[in-house]
Amino acid sequence: MYDIKALYEATSVKHAVELLQAHPEAKVLAGGSDVLVQMREGKLAGKELVSIYRLDALRGVSLDADGTIRIGSLTSFSHITQSPIIRQHLNVLGEAVDMVGGPQVRNIGTIGGNTCNGVTSADSGSTLVAYDAVMQVEGPEGVRLIPIAEWYVGAGRVSLRPGELQTAILVPLQKYQGYKGHYIKYAMRNAMDIATTGCSVNVKLSADKKTIEDVRMAYGVAGPVPMRAPAAEAFAKGKPALEETIQGFGEAALGDVNPRNSWRASREFRLHLAQELSKRALRETIRLSGGVV
Amino acid sequence: MHEVQYKLVKCTINGRPVQTMVDVRASLTDMLRNDYRLTSVKKGCEVGECGACNVLIDGECFNSCIYLAVWAEGKNIRTLEGLLGPNGELSDIQQAFIDETAVQCGFCTPGFIMTAVEILETGKEYTRDELRKLLSGHLCRCTGYENIINAVENTMHKRLAAKK
Amino acid sequence: MSVGESIRRVDALDKVTGRAKYTDDLADKCVLVAKILHSNIAHGIVKKIDTSAAEAIEGVVKIVTCFDVPPYRFPTAGHPWSTDPHHQDVQDRVLLTQHVRFYGDDVAAVIAENEVAASQAVRAIQVEYEELPFVLDAQRAMEPDAPLLHEAYPNNILGHTNIRKGDYEAAIKEPGLIKVEGWYETPTVQHCHIENNISYAYQEGQRITVVASTQIPHIVRRIVGQALGIPWGDVRIIKPYIGGGFGNKQDALYEPLCAFLCTQVGGRCVKLDVSREETFVSNRVRHGIRSHIISYLRPDGSFAARKLECFSNQGAYASHGHGIAAKGMGAFPQLYPCDNLECDAYSVFTNRPVAGAMRGYGIPQAMFANESHIDDICRVLQMDPIEFRRKNMMPVGYVDGFSKNENYVDSLGQCIEKGKEYIDYDRKREEYAKDTGPVRRGIGMAIFWYNTAVWPISLETSSCRMVLNQDGSIQLQMGETEIGQGSDTAFAQMAAETLGIPVEQVHIISSQDTDLTPFGLGSYASRQTYVGGFAIRQTALLMKQRIQQYASEMTRVAPFDIDIVDGNILRTTDGRVLMTLGDLATEAIYSLTHSQHITSESTYQIKNNAYSFGCGFAEVEVDIPLCKVRILNIINVHDCGRLINPALAEAQVHGGMSMGIGFGMSEQLLFDEKTGKTLNDNLLDYKLSTTMDHPDLVARFVENFEPTSAYGTKSLGEPPAVPGAPALRNAILHATGVAVNTLPLNPHTLFAQFKEEGLL
Repeated sequence: MYDIKALYEATSVKHAVELLQAHPEAKVLAGGSDVLVQMREGKLAGKELVSIYRLDALRGVSLDADGTIRIGSLTSFSHITQSPIIRQHLNVLGEAVDMVGGPQVRNIGTIGGNTCNGVTSADSGSTLVAYDAVMQVEGPEGVRLIPIAEWYVGAGRVSLRPGELQTAILVPLQKYQGYKGHYIKYAMRNAMDIATTGCSVNVKLSADKKTIEDVRMAYGVAGPVPMRAPAAEAFAKGKPALEETIQGFGEAALGDVNPRNSWRASREFRLHLAQELSKRALRETIRLSGGVV
Repeated sequence: MHEVQYKLVKCTINGRPVQTMVDVRASLTDMLRNDYRLTSVKKGCEVGECGACNVLIDGECFNSCIYLAVWAEGKNIRTLEGLLGPNGELSDIQQAFIDETAVQCGFCTPGFIMTAVEILETGKEYTRDELRKLLSGHLCRCTGYENIINAVENTMHKRLAAKK
Repeated sequence: MSVGESIRRVDALDKVTGRAKYTDDLADKCVLVAKILHSNIAHGIVKKIDTSAAEAIEGVVKIVTCFDVPPYRFPTAGHPWSTDPHHQDVQDRVLLTQHVRFYGDDVAAVIAENEVAASQAVRAIQVEYEELPFVLDAQRAMEPDAPLLHEAYPNNILGHTNIRKGDYEAAIKEPGLIKVEGWYETPTVQHCHIENNISYAYQEGQRITVVASTQIPHIVRRIVGQALGIPWGDVRIIKPYIGGGFGNKQDALYEPLCAFLCTQVGGRCVKLDVSREETFVSNRVRHGIRSHIISYLRPDGSFAARKLECFSNQGAYASHGHGIAAKGMGAFPQLYPCDNLECDAYSVFTNRPVAGAMRGYGIPQAMFANESHIDDICRVLQMDPIEFRRKNMMPVGYVDGFSKNENYVDSLGQCIEKGKEYIDYDRKREEYAKDTGPVRRGIGMAIFWYNTAVWPISLETSSCRMVLNQDGSIQLQMGETEIGQGSDTAFAQMAAETLGIPVEQVHIISSQDTDLTPFGLGSYASRQTYVGGFAIRQTALLMKQRIQQYASEMTRVAPFDIDIVDGNILRTTDGRVLMTLGDLATEAIYSLTHSQHITSESTYQIKNNAYSFGCGFAEVEVDIPLCKVRILNIINVHDCGRLINPALAEAQVHGGMSMGIGFGMSEQLLFDEKTGKTLNDNLLDYKLSTTMDHPDLVARFVENFEPTSAYGTKSLGEPPAVPGAPALRNAILHATGVAVNTLPLNPHTLFAQFKEEGLL
């Protein structure tokens, strides 16, 4: 039995927005794997909730006419992994969210919840950042599109305004076409764990598979929010897809990250991981793209 | 006096259409255990980390402790109690848990078996490592998982062989 | 014959159908709910508690604070009581405490109509503390200026025992000796049974019934009586199926408090369901032990002198007392006998969660230190670890002066041989030594011995009751509890064996109820099949005698010419079947001439103990840059005497191995140095192995029947958890050349050490 002050069940996105306006203190409840846990813990005890879980319109992955991948915010992790669209065009995202918790958690957890709680360790976060995803939100003033670079405001905070709700995550065609990505989740266990550090890399190789035309990398838990690694990307862009580049990429990545010391891992260890994982992830993306290293 | 918010929840549980008024604060675990006395649904952590409360909802596994009872509206829910045949026969996976000595204290058993049901109903053949991943949402302290994985794997092979 | 067969568990059907009822399944859904307010400081005195806001919450029935509880101090250990005051467990607990000694101590309790109200009320209680300095480290706690937890224990030393043999100081002067020294440290870990501790209590007349998830119902009855200051006979404990225990439930946990709260609301039923977080912090944990070993060796690899010091972190209360550290130390002189020894063990109070019994009872810690040290010695002497062990380990014929345990056959050697062959030790040992890249493989092993039961340290007794039903089947009741390990099945097999009936005709009553069950101490010390076996055999023989007598009355065949085989009454002189046992039983009950209810009940006091032996081998792959270890292969080989049920034995070993792997590789409770708070009190942050964290587990056995045992068996419950951690550590040493002396061998530990040794 949860200490819920009042539960409001939304019947549509519009209704959800109205409920959020009418109850400004209320928290949005999607799959609940985060909010309900915090409620039991006491942090959110006694709060009002607006449940959007039953808004089936927000589930599913589709392709827009312009090739944009559209992921409904309530799509569960397991459905993302199973989606043929994701498998074909953005397989790395399906792989990344297949590392969240365990199977039951992946059935309840939603990508919207995973990005709206603003946590740095979210397994979907770094890959979405690495693909320049766009967040679609709906609120009293209508629909807004927010580039993911502007989404994360700080630890646990995202740029949602009062009354707003995230409804979809978009990945435009030019951001994924021709790219191959790889995500490494480094955790203490192989299941039921949160990332000590997560690293998502994607590359686009030249036609002859010898040059890195473009590379993007983002980390989880290398700072307060999922973050890109501009120095490492700049270093490797345009360079040959060779071991030497990979080594330099890893070293450059150290300039991009700023992990903290916590009881979960030391800053020093996380720095070490940032370097090591970036190299391994880049090597794998080159291999996936048909390069030889 | 604070007014408790109730909602009528109609759903199908173990093949039977049912309805009851639930306190909207209740988890699905609360509803299944208290209102329907389906006590195979165990409480081990109440935060979705141990898998003891796992049930099937529309064919997928969920930790019922972090699933609101009101969300069950219109859903098809299955618990361990629903696996017995019409004359009380054990299902193959229950028998396999007995035969493979996959049961010790028995507290994680219902949750594991329900995930096994989800796995087996896909009709697919999985490698042992894939089975490990599919079962990884359940913690067990007695068995080291060894015989549990054996029970699921053997049942899978038997079903696949029967299909051929 | 049913002993030795892998029959199905007697409780399996109920457990795979959901019919098996555990404590919470039995509780009325209208019970009152109790929740505990735990301290949020590590050490201090409660000055004032303001419950007014909490009491105003709708649904709150009663709030009880540390100022309202009876003054009786009570012990919690699941030990047999000693009638000698000098050997009694330390009585240092009260139901709720004014002197808070760890972050998570029990200060007040709320009884409410529902759990939401109870939780709200717990949060609304205001406590004013006078904070005191605290200490978390055992050796730091022994320093003169350290904060003192219990006035009766200067320097926070709960217990200090030692072993002295020969003359250590003189022996180390022998010329040409090689000194090997090391510090070895094991973490605080938790049992993590999937069912948390739970109890509910209600009153009938003056008596209190407590239904509880406990390993030790008869002991809990005594402790509830002591804590409430009421006659022990006024307490009834019922133990239904329980979802694991592993030693945590070998303490009285919250059963006394639950019983007390019930008396505070007029005997209404009160349920105290402990959360997972409370299980981690406010139940019991395994002692973290720091061991210091010095060995002096001759160049031929023989020991000249050895020294051991261990510092065991007891946490805030005595629980099982000094027993765990003492047991760990006691294993040292026997595994590798040496003429000159100095051993000291200290159990030290600190402001940490209370350490108590946990599967292995000090031996996993001790064997990590001992067996890691042996491989350190081998590295210095450049000897093969197995060769060194064979040369020095407990020889055949060794008899322990205290327990009178005897090593009858070369069990250790046989176990080593079996494990070595399975894992292809010699070849891999040589091959992996050549690995030099970033990813290296290694192979390691460890041996151990383990006691069976607790004699002669304390009482060993077992009681058994058998009732012959009208159809010739038997009801069997034991004081030893089924906690998942399978003892009920083993007991049924034993009874069937001695009575000469099919095992299906033995109905064991799984639940213990102190009003109905013969007295027994419960489940602990890997003693169930050993001690229970004596009582079962004795009681079955008594039962058999009565059956023979009755059969003789019916048939005029002399009782000594009558036997029971396969459920039939036989004339042994010619093998003729006189009748079935069922026929006899029906006649005995319904006879118009001599109706008799045939039963037997007896108690056996066990004054023996037995060595159980085994070893573990592990093969690992170490990814040095990732600081990660993948276990490729792992095997335990045990000699626990005769296997009563081989399939159940194997399953039990799997579970112990998994626990040993967790202890070695990933599990550890972490404490905030600034506040004493437990940081990872949940199953996400506490890294219990999942299905994906270890490979297939291999269990093998060597069966040398134990001559002192009623059915040839000896301990197997705890030993499987012992050899994994040192075998893994030694495998990592073999792979990388890095001797890691601190558990767990997780990436944090490896990163620090690989860095220090220049591998990174």
